[in-house]
Amino acid sequence: MILLKKLLNIRGFNNATSSIVAIFAGLLFGFIILLISNPSQAVDGFIIILKGGFSTGGKGMGQVMYFATPLILTGLSVGFAFKTGLFNIGASGQFIMGAFAAVYIGVKWTFIPAPFHWMVALLAATIVGGLWALIPGLLKAYLNVHEVISTIMMNYIGMYLANFLVKSTVYDSKKALSMNVAESAVLPKGGLDKIFYNPIGSSGAVDLSTVNSGFYIALVVAVIMFIVLNKTTFGYELKACGFNQNASKYAGINEKRSIVLSMVIAGALAGLGGGLLYLSGASGRHIKAVDVLAAEGFNGIPVALLGLSNPIGIIFSAIFISYITLGGNYLQTLNFVPEIIDVIIACVIYFSAFALLFRNILPRLLKWRMDAAEIKNERGNE
Amino acid sequence: MSILYLVVQQTMFFSIPLLIVALGGVFTERSGVTNIALDGMMIMGAFTSIFFINQMQSTMSGQLLLLIAILIAVVTGVVFSLLHAYASVNMKSDQIISGTALNLFAPAFAIYVARMIQENGVQQITFSNTFRISSVPVLGDIPILGGLLFKNAYITTYIGLLILVISVIVLYKTRFGLRLRACGEHPHAADSVGINVYRMRYAGVMISGGLAGLGGLVFVIPTSTQFNATVSGYGFLALAVMIFGQWKPMRVLFAAFFFGLMKTIASAYSVIPFLSTAQIPSDVYKMIPFIATLIVLAFSSKSSQAPRAVAVPYDKGSR
Repeated sequence: MILLKKLLNIRGFNNATSSIVAIFAGLLFGFIILLISNPSQAVDGFIIILKGGFSTGGKGMGQVMYFATPLILTGLSVGFAFKTGLFNIGASGQFIMGAFAAVYIGVKWTFIPAPFHWMVALLAATIVGGLWALIPGLLKAYLNVHEVISTIMMNYIGMYLANFLVKSTVYDSKKALSMNVAESAVLPKGGLDKIFYNPIGSSGAVDLSTVNSGFYIALVVAVIMFIVLNKTTFGYELKACGFNQNASKYAGINEKRSIVLSMVIAGALAGLGGGLLYLSGASGRHIKAVDVLAAEGFNGIPVALLGLSNPIGIIFSAIFISYITLGGNYLQTLNFVPEIIDVIIACVIYFSAFALLFRNILPRLLKWRMDAAEIKNERGNE
Repeated sequence: MSILYLVVQQTMFFSIPLLIVALGGVFTERSGVTNIALDGMMIMGAFTSIFFINQMQSTMSGQLLLLIAILIAVVTGVVFSLLHAYASVNMKSDQIISGTALNLFAPAFAIYVARMIQENGVQQITFSNTFRISSVPVLGDIPILGGLLFKNAYITTYIGLLILVISVIVLYKTRFGLRLRACGEHPHAADSVGINVYRMRYAGVMISGGLAGLGGLVFVIPTSTQFNATVSGYGFLALAVMIFGQWKPMRVLFAAFFFGLMKTIASAYSVIPFLSTAQIPSDVYKMIPFIATLIVLAFSSKSSQAPRAVAVPYDKGSR
């Protein structure tokens, strides 16, 4: 009882509870949909979703980390913008523009010596992502254009532009995908290939996961963002602008500069995510150049919300989203449609919009109950 | 001359759904709730109504079928919008987050259901277009004007214009409209004179949902013969149209025509002589409406006349 009470006083715990409640509500809704659409297989299907990446052993877990890598970055992008009072729906556009920059350099700039090639490609992805967000940032700071609308427009422009650029420069028309990047531009495995694989037969051959050192980079970036936001004057200023522009202006912070910088950093994070996902060799992902907005960008929103915009929380929520998305792919063995996962994620976001309620009222209610019980006990003792 | 007719007719096909959905946006924002889920609501409306057409087209056709489909689209939109209204009015949650959730939900749900219930298991829902009016009686025979506005038209075009007229009347000439606008500007003042702010906001969101649902159907019918769980970002364009139109119905009309024309250029460039010879890839044309939107927003947002209380949850206890 006392332990529970202590827990309720810790803010982090309350916050995590609200996310977990949202996840449970989303999963429950998903289960109900499975039940309605096919009652006989609903339980099996739901178990597949819950087993997620584990369904296919070591490789599966590696894949979870591989697909979590860009989600961590887009989640950080959205979350960082949230912390500074901006809503970056444009992670999709920034992500795909960054991805194009990385793939372009990976394929074409083979003159760069080996250990630097992938670094340059990643750097380019980061810069291009940042530049893509610079436009909405400037529009917001100087022309009062709401960033939600402008980043949405930039998503579509980015998607069509990336498609156009991919098709006219690094397109493999036989496979209808972007070309493989040069060996030297593929991110090193960093030891992860020793852990995440499935053995094929007994001959020692392995079915390798595509996870690579990009995952480490994502973790390091998350830690850096945590430090920037919580331990530096710079981060404090950006956050202050998010809370109250006028007050921070009064306190001597250049609020226009802060808005632009926040947007650019958010865009750079998303762009880096694009680079990390696509610099992964022949077995990894390639740009499809079709008229669909990059899902990694949009999934950054639930990742950031579930992680409550805390960089460390975002790592876990990205792994979770990646985990159930893979589970959704395995669902097809039961003739279910993998879009069920998107439905679940949408529900999780919807319920996390109620987070405020869970966070403030639920603990208060519990506390009140317990206090009442305690008073009763005391009275009983007298 | 026939190209001019074609461009005008095409512009109508693109402008009218934008007009309808942007008017929906005007209602919800004027009541004080921002609704970026217009896109998702369009998808839901289009999904149910096109599926209805798909199922019923063997037994009925023509305008009656379309009118019933319209009704279904509106009802779907209203029902779906209740989710947003509940989140943003009762739960006082962040309206952008709730809207984003619905935007993610709608296409996933449409694909999921389409693939589960259609026998061939594909996500596209096909329909045959039996709704085009080749020439409106009497009016179609007017020289030039008849060719521009009353040939190769859809009944939805006229419904859209009718909605515009009704919107103007409702917003500016009725008690309901005045109260709705009051709730978006200063809900506490409205509350103090006995207006139920929650109810008015519900009304605003539901009207926007109904119009967005209708807009989804109106968008799909003339431009395609199948529904593929997308309205190509039209809900977002409609939001931009609403802002460009400064939350005023008549200005929204002009904004919608502007964007419709942009979109027409983007999609019909191959039949416009001087554009088809220019050899510009289609991806570039597809960017045009969105780039135009950004530029227009850059110029029109500085003196924005957005309702003051938009996107701020109303809390009776706060001051």
